[in-house]
Amino acid sequence: MAKVIVVTSGKGGVGKTTTTAALGAALARTGQKVCVVDFDVGLRNLDLIMGAERRVVYDLINVVQGDAKLPQALIRDKRLDTLSLLPASQTRDKDALTDEGVARVIGELREKFDWVICDSPAGIERGATLAMRHADIAVVVTNPEVSSVRDSDRIIGLLDSKTERAEKGERLEKHLILTRYDPGRAERGEMLKIDDVLEILSIPLLAVIPESEEVLKASNLGSPVTLNAPQSAPARAYADAVRRLKGETVAMTVPSEKRSLLGKLFPRRAA
Amino acid sequence: MNLLNFLSRRGTAPVARERLQILLAHERTAFGRSDLVAILREEILAVIAKHVAIDQEKVKVTMERGEAVSTLGVDIELPDNKVARLASA
Repeated sequence: MAKVIVVTSGKGGVGKTTTTAALGAALARTGQKVCVVDFDVGLRNLDLIMGAERRVVYDLINVVQGDAKLPQALIRDKRLDTLSLLPASQTRDKDALTDEGVARVIGELREKFDWVICDSPAGIERGATLAMRHADIAVVVTNPEVSSVRDSDRIIGLLDSKTERAEKGERLEKHLILTRYDPGRAERGEMLKIDDVLEILSIPLLAVIPESEEVLKASNLGSPVTLNAPQSAPARAYADAVRRLKGETVAMTVPSEKRSLLGKLFPRRAA
Repeated sequence: MNLLNFLSRRGTAPVARERLQILLAHERTAFGRSDLVAILREEILAVIAKHVAIDQEKVKVTMERGEAVSTLGVDIELPDNKVARLASA
């Protein structure tokens, strides 16, 4: 039975697209059939992060409106044949997405794949509610920072009211992925700690992704961090998240980069 | 500044945590959960108003979210004479 995941956050720039690509690739590496779907109509970026920007022919809106068949719009990943991308439209308006059309496409994707991961646009408008509409599992991406936590709280409220599962009174699994976490700064009292965020949002933790240079390096190259640097700290954190999504019990740790002696003596600061 | 930070030892994160807790406690009742709470409030009121005249001002609907369970609190003040009349009817 296919599972539909929505990756959402309310606030922009916290790592939804990075997380969608990283989880999708990590899941596909375990042999699962995965499709990542970009719901950010007008501001698509998942294609760029996945390195498929030059291969987009048809998009989600073409399929929703019946101008193209789903297989024509799906882009098979060149590195992993179990991974596909359904890109968003760059030119059209999000109003071109109809409720019925999205429901039909998600239904078709459920038949073809084991996992469908929907990358939500930022905000709490129609694009975001459409992306979460048919989800079985929600992954809320949050930075340890006040505005991100506040917006995540708002999104959790929407997940509890605007999704199909919520309306039917069924359970929607909600998980938190805390991104850009810096254990050192949290320890020094300069950043919200993991427990602070968990206590405020009260949803279970799926992973803590440490702040890392590898994330930008991977996006520069158009490769999910879990493929580009599988041994890096963020990739290991995402790989653990995937094992948890698949039902394994994995001890929660915050992976750290292996630093050379020089690196320890002269740590570089993130901007 | 570093010395000052060291002396205060508290850091800025606890302030962030406190501000968020206060803000969200307010937003969750006022707007945050507005979709669900507002709908529930309206529908519950409609049912009760069929039988008893109620003062809209004297109705409190709250939602508290916990880790395992959430509780919905509905607090409606009923005018005494109306309830008595309903009971005898």
